Amino acid sequence: MPDVQVLVNDFLNKLKKRKIEGSLATARQTAELLRSVISQQRVPYRNQARALIDAVRAVGEQLIAANPVELAVGNIVRRVLHIIREEDLSLTTAAMAGLGLSAASDDEDDADQDNHPVLSAAAVAAAARSTLRPPSLQTLLEDVPDSAAVPHTSSSGGDSEGKSKSADKSSRTRRLKHDVIEAVNELIQDIATCHEQIAEQAVEHIHQNEVILTLGSSRTVLEFLCAAKEKQRSFRVFVAEGAPRYQGHLLAKELVTRGLQTTLITDSAVFAMISRVNMVIVGAHAVMANGGVIAPVGLNMVALAAKRHAVPFVVLAGSHKLCPLYPHHPEVLLNELRSPSELLDFGEFSDCMDFGSGTASPLLHVINPTFDYVPPKLVSLFITDTGGHNPSYMYRLIADYYSADDLVVQRRPPTGR
Amino acid sequence: MDARRPSRAITDPMIRRVGFFTPTGNSQLLRAHSNPAGSDSPPLADSPAGNSLSPVMIPPPRHLSDRTPSVPVPETGLRQDSEHVRVGSYNPSESLLGSSPSGGIALAGGAFSEESDGWYGQNEVRKHSPNLLDTTLGKAPDYLSGTSAPPRLEKLKKSAQVPVKSGKADVEGQNEMQSSLKPLKMKTSKAERRALQEAQRAAKALAKEGDKSAAVSGGAAPKKPLKLPSQKKDGPPVSSSIAASDKKGGDRPPDKERKKDVPPPRMQFDDKNRVEKAKRRAVFNQTEARNRVELFRHLPQYEHGTQLPDLESRFFQLDLVHPAVYKAGLQYLAKDIIGGNARCIAMLQSFKEAIKDYSTPPEKTLVRDLTAKISSYVSFFIECRPLSISMGNAIRFVKSRITKLALTLSELEAKAALCSDIERFINEKILLAEKVIVGHAVTKIRDGDVLLTYGSSSVVEMILLHAHEMGKQFRVVVVDSHPKLEGQALIRRLVSNGLSCTYCHINAVSYIMNEVTRVFLGAASVLSNGTVHSRVGTASVAMVAHAFRVPVLICCEAYKFHERVQLDSICSNELGDPDAITDIPGRVDVNYLNNWAKKENLQLLNLMYDSTPSDYISMIVTDYGMIPTTSVPVIVREYRREHLFI
Repeated sequence: MPDVQVLVNDFLNKLKKRKIEGSLATARQTAELLRSVISQQRVPYRNQARALIDAVRAVGEQLIAANPVELAVGNIVRRVLHIIREEDLSLTTAAMAGLGLSAASDDEDDADQDNHPVLSAAAVAAAARSTLRPPSLQTLLEDVPDSAAVPHTSSSGGDSEGKSKSADKSSRTRRLKHDVIEAVNELIQDIATCHEQIAEQAVEHIHQNEVILTLGSSRTVLEFLCAAKEKQRSFRVFVAEGAPRYQGHLLAKELVTRGLQTTLITDSAVFAMISRVNMVIVGAHAVMANGGVIAPVGLNMVALAAKRHAVPFVVLAGSHKLCPLYPHHPEVLLNELRSPSELLDFGEFSDCMDFGSGTASPLLHVINPTFDYVPPKLVSLFITDTGGHNPSYMYRLIADYYSADDLVVQRRPPTGR
Repeated sequence: MDARRPSRAITDPMIRRVGFFTPTGNSQLLRAHSNPAGSDSPPLADSPAGNSLSPVMIPPPRHLSDRTPSVPVPETGLRQDSEHVRVGSYNPSESLLGSSPSGGIALAGGAFSEESDGWYGQNEVRKHSPNLLDTTLGKAPDYLSGTSAPPRLEKLKKSAQVPVKSGKADVEGQNEMQSSLKPLKMKTSKAERRALQEAQRAAKALAKEGDKSAAVSGGAAPKKPLKLPSQKKDGPPVSSSIAASDKKGGDRPPDKERKKDVPPPRMQFDDKNRVEKAKRRAVFNQTEARNRVELFRHLPQYEHGTQLPDLESRFFQLDLVHPAVYKAGLQYLAKDIIGGNARCIAMLQSFKEAIKDYSTPPEKTLVRDLTAKISSYVSFFIECRPLSISMGNAIRFVKSRITKLALTLSELEAKAALCSDIERFINEKILLAEKVIVGHAVTKIRDGDVLLTYGSSSVVEMILLHAHEMGKQFRVVVVDSHPKLEGQALIRRLVSNGLSCTYCHINAVSYIMNEVTRVFLGAASVLSNGTVHSRVGTASVAMVAHAFRVPVLICCEAYKFHERVQLDSICSNELGDPDAITDIPGRVDVNYLNNWAKKENLQLLNLMYDSTPSDYISMIVTDYGMIPTTSVPVIVREYRREHLFI
């Protein structure tokens, strides 16, 4: 699959060079890439799910390594893995239903097929699992049980039965891939339309004459505010500019074109203005499993100010931003320092930057982080495309989207390659 | 209560310590203790810059030295009659303090303090001052002819405010005292009771004066070295004039006196009538900003940058504004002079120039005419840029000095006295105070510290440089914010002095706060509820520091303290040029809002100040020592008088 490798490399390059801006674009492109990976992947006669998972995981590992800070990549990889497991499981259950409660051998075979998605959260999966095998530590720990099962299955089946089953299997193989691609398409669709789904809830949260503060620019926030505007709510928006990227200017411009009463303020004036604000609505970079938010830089300050004045701090996040990991020291580990040139003019300060040109280190350091970590206690509400949620509920919401097997993508040894 | 008080009066030292101390100041304190009679020489004035680490002392107001020799004899006799002599260590002259200024303030102070507050146009002054004069003059005969006892009591009560305060050592007491002002105003019975007590105490203090006067005259000899001879000359006449005014218009009902203490409401720019009036009087026309921010209608929102060329061209045509004042005003307008201290010094220097060149027109008195002149200058300054609170304080000082001028002084002497007073204010209250603050604050810097500062504060910069000179090993984090970007100039200066610096924007402050051990912030003003009025963003930095459990030290000269209170940053603020927000120096890629400022829906808000709540502040470093925010009203109250009559 040379063309896929080209695509992957291309995407890796973009990620490494930070050419892709925003988690939405990243998520969509990741999903599209994985879709092509899946469609190009030649699946074996048996264990097709396993093969797909391995392929996706191999690519995902590279992608995550290319930009470990962009959590959306990892999220999408995990989502796709989860999809494969789910589809495989539902196919198996369907096949089982078709076969009925026939031979014990079939049952065994299916059980072997299905020991991966043990922790999937969907109801179908749960039902299927209960008929097949209860989840246990054993199944969690089992990694490559398939090889042992292969001869066993072939020997156990009768002739006629074997033929019909192989025909069934081949159709299943095609169907699995097909279904997975369908599901990934759905995922891409979801990502693309998450704005609308979030924006639909705007009227429930924004009332007449409200004053709303936001910082920086977020497409989700823009759509959210505009949706409320379209519902004939009149309210005012304070936009903090979000130095050093000044994306707030962009958002203010957009809001003004859509006819919203907008006031652009400096970041330093946030504390002064927050006492007159009814609600803070911001976008996020990623939402961690504990309900903490990785957000554009400056939002921790805003959240603290909002807490002080008891102003609701609402975070809008599409489901692709929900990350199943728990953060550890996220201010540093999940952060990225951008170029000092955004803060200082190199021409003016070049003499300061390498002041200690001898043995000493330079006297001037410039810190320009990209993200802030907002702890869950400062967040009042998350609005995702599935509705509003408390920070404390995030871990459960996340369990719907990911299977526990995939949480750690990198550590798995690259099997099957 | 009576039983308690005398004993306390005895035990209380005349010089009290407030807040924290640097140990170096102790010797001076001891000296001051050993010589209570000579304590009327202010510690800041006579101590050279070297040992300027003076402990926190509350010296008796220093104008006393001028007046004590010439206490009006009949008055003392009268007071001594009213109460038996008791031995107490009260400064006898404190009782004079209250009585002496009353006349002067009654005549002019009310109008001036109102106007010096910054947002006021001159029209109010013009409007009110005749009234005030009328009332005071009209009522004066009443008191002269009427019963002499009640006014006496009231006067004594006024004067006794200081003793009461110095008697109560704790802050709560001060607050209580302050809050009790209102009940005083309403309930006369309570007021009378209190007045009686105060009168007794004051009389007791007076009784002490007899034997003290000798000591005072002795103590006055080693007085301030920088004091000019002209001032010594004006000593006796001043007091005599005060005595005269005392009799004429000095005795006024306490209500009026009290009302004056409350800062008058500032000009609200959403009040159409007043704005119209102010406009008619204005030196130059200001066009109103197109998209005014709804929330800030009460603040002036004018087009920026339109007046400067016009004003420049009219430099030689304006005769109602002195050239030096005009120059300073233009420098404010062009943002050539920024920073609270720099602006204040520039203003005082220009006043000095103007006073030097001043000559009283015929059939006018110097006192009236000069105050009117100063007021017109002030309104010119306000048009150029709204005054800071510290400037309001300085103006108040200048005006009070003018009204205190003896009528007998010749014009030349009066001008010399005023100039030297202004010079002294600059030296003592600003320059020397900075040095004292540096001395205090440096003791809080340890090796290995990471100090964070925000914006560019002149005092904080001096602290950092001084600590570096002392050889302390520390790192500085300079936090900056758009659109001022004052921190860039600061890091340039710090780095060129060899300090190791880190630079970041205010948004990154919660990233950097993890490693910070101290936060040093400057302030434009400290209000008496402990709120710190400062460059916008200071509150955010203090908040984040508070959240990260990092101590926040505010460095602020005591002349910037003000008795006003404020809870948020919206009621009183200054709006900068809104166009400064859209243009970002050095970033051509950010041009989303070019040509967008005229859109109807878009408002650009460039706030200049914000208010930091007192609970974010660990300590305020001031020239009187290091104090908690709860002690700000103490400083404000105890020094306000001294401030006025330096």
